[in-house]
Amino acid sequence: MILLEHVPLLLIAIPLLTAFATPVLGKVNSFLRNFWIITALISTELMGIWLGHDVLKNGIRVYTLGAKLPGLTSPVGFPIRIILEVDAMNAFIAMIVISIALISFIYCMRFMEWSRNLDKFYTLLLLLLTGMMGLTLTGDFFNMFVFFEIVSISSAGLIAFYVHRGEALEAAFKYMVISSIGALMVLFAVGLLYAQYNLLNMAAIADSIQNSFVDKVVVALLLSAFLLKAGSVPVHMWKPDVYGEAPVPVVVLLITSSLVSLFILFRITFTVFGLIIDTALLGWILAVLGILSIFLGVTMALIQSNLKRLIGYSAIAEIGYVLLGLGSGLIGFPSLSEFGVKAISGGIFHIMNDALDLSLLFLVVGTIIHITGKRDMNQLGGLARHQPSLALLFLIGMSAISGLPPFNGFASKLMIYESVYRFNPFLTIVGVLGSIVMLAIFVKVFVVTFLGIPRRKDIKEVPESMLAMMGILALFIIVIGLFPNLFVDNLITPACQALIHPEKYVEAVL
Amino acid sequence: MLNNLPFIVVVILMALGLYALLFKRNLIKIVMGIHVLGSGVDLFLIELGYRTGGIAPIFTMAPRLEMVLPTPQALTLTSIVINLAVVALMLSFIILIYQHYGSIDSKKRRLKG
Amino acid sequence: MNEMSKIVRTVACVLIIPGIVFGLYVILHGHLTPGGGFQGGAVIATIPALFIIAYGEKSRRILNRDIPSLVESLALLTFISLAFLGLSATFFRNFLVNGGFIFGKAIRFGINPGYLNTGGLIPLLNLVVGLEVSAALSLIILIMYFGSKKEVLKDAK
Repeated sequence: MILLEHVPLLLIAIPLLTAFATPVLGKVNSFLRNFWIITALISTELMGIWLGHDVLKNGIRVYTLGAKLPGLTSPVGFPIRIILEVDAMNAFIAMIVISIALISFIYCMRFMEWSRNLDKFYTLLLLLLTGMMGLTLTGDFFNMFVFFEIVSISSAGLIAFYVHRGEALEAAFKYMVISSIGALMVLFAVGLLYAQYNLLNMAAIADSIQNSFVDKVVVALLLSAFLLKAGSVPVHMWKPDVYGEAPVPVVVLLITSSLVSLFILFRITFTVFGLIIDTALLGWILAVLGILSIFLGVTMALIQSNLKRLIGYSAIAEIGYVLLGLGSGLIGFPSLSEFGVKAISGGIFHIMNDALDLSLLFLVVGTIIHITGKRDMNQLGGLARHQPSLALLFLIGMSAISGLPPFNGFASKLMIYESVYRFNPFLTIVGVLGSIVMLAIFVKVFVVTFLGIPRRKDIKEVPESMLAMMGILALFIIVIGLFPNLFVDNLITPACQALIHPEKYVEAVL
Repeated sequence: MLNNLPFIVVVILMALGLYALLFKRNLIKIVMGIHVLGSGVDLFLIELGYRTGGIAPIFTMAPRLEMVLPTPQALTLTSIVINLAVVALMLSFIILIYQHYGSIDSKKRRLKG
Repeated sequence: MNEMSKIVRTVACVLIIPGIVFGLYVILHGHLTPGGGFQGGAVIATIPALFIIAYGEKSRRILNRDIPSLVESLALLTFISLAFLGLSATFFRNFLVNGGFIFGKAIRFGINPGYLNTGGLIPLLNLVVGLEVSAALSLIILIMYFGSKKEVLKDAK
């Protein structure tokens, strides 16, 4: 079938088409618009799963825009051309992005029901999804910059969706300043690379790279830009503000976007520059930043009373675990020991678990805000009596995020701890302590919010579709927690192998 | 020295942009800083593609065939468009912030950065 | 802002036609010369700005936000659909080139006097982008001008 060979592109193009069709359809009928969005997203999801299956079976897929072959019509060198390159790692991240997006869109339908300007809201949300898919699938540096900016602009617009709240505007402004600095760093780095090699394609650059001084500047610029976007420690300050103010479905997509930028970070450090730079130094930098993120995330979360800000700080800590795992794996790269591989797979596994756990927690908190209208946990109490299912979902989410045994957070954190312990026991101790403090924080939140005497009588019912979406997330969390080997063997190990073997990525294009 | 003049301008522009970004308190000046920084990067990209004696890469009625590289110009055009969108968005945020608080001074609120 | 003198207002009205014609010229020569959709669209978008300067508060009656926003989304939709039409080979495939219709004649590589009927799909894409950009920029100008007065609005993009 002809469409199947275009799947990598359709994953980007269908959300884009839907985004532009949304305002037109919204003028006709809001039901038609919602139906159209959900249909498009479900088909995208199916294509994403099919792509993942295909990539695992048949190897790397390269899609070229404008011509059949990537290297066609080039008198000298590799032509400047937009190329999408999908290996197991890209496909894995793409599946996470599209699944979380589908869940948050269905959640959104009831959550945002009474808001004004919904057409534009959905357009921006779909553009954000397009940007993330593009960042995930692209194999070209300049293209990456463009998608980076699409993500920044659309998410800034979404953060400021509640225009009547001054804090939301401030958070959006802060986010926009920070991410446009990041984008300019990316652009400057792309310019430097182009000046040296006359190339913009990731694989072609990885092939012809030399270890010059300018390359080190490029690595530093790209690293700081994507750490900015991911919200690791030295540049974390936008995160709690933004997560505290944006509408909840948007926050869920923003979490995914910061995980996507982590993925790009690792793609750059492992695949493009992995063979030439001083990976030990870089790995140590990333691992230490991870530790600092864990430390700062949990200590700041201790003193918060606003539920969304609290989970925002714990999101910083979760980013720290991913950085810790992949950073300590990078120390030994490219001659990896068994533990190095395990650390990297633990980090990749944690990206998935992170997305699921944080999304579940944010959706539960969003539902609490939806039914009570309060976002400060000191004004809540006794919700378990009205909403036992909500309490159960929160319990699952919090156990998973603090790494309690039968849930998915435990599986990935154990992999990280086991392997990082071989590099440096101190790093592991901080990680374990961080998890324990996080558990304590969430127990406090649970007790204050769900147990005790009900303080409010006017609590609305939870719409079924929202409950169903949270249920699906919780189901995934439990299934991954019970059968981690199934996921590690079938998804994580191929992704990890794709990341630590850059030569295959290069070969597929050239 | 004279050949490097455009690169010196790039450095000056980026330094000015960073200065405005880091040390100014007025939100509009911060946006101006970002735009100046962006222009510096754009100039850098354009300068990359210059070849001595090259003409604009247009075939229509071209006097000769030595041309500068068109690729960096395409990249610059894209980044100019993106910069425009960013600045428009940030200025509209500033309008709304001003309506809300009656001030565009970043020190008055917790808006550093 | 108050409206300006009668001379300015009359000249603003007169300038509509040259403005649009020049914008269209830049858009339609996009595949041959520097310029194209974005630049031409920006030229066209100066006309609402001129109107706001000339007529001040009165221009609110003529300039409506709904029309540019509809044009914008329709133009974007057309753009992406044109890209989808080439999907039999690859996305953004230039399926009109060498087709022999108005746009369809490809030319040799090298110096040429600039035939307008070349470029296949590109002039169409330029036209659509020009519409999109002119609508979007007018929308930004309108929203910023009227929004700064009193209405609380969501941003255009």
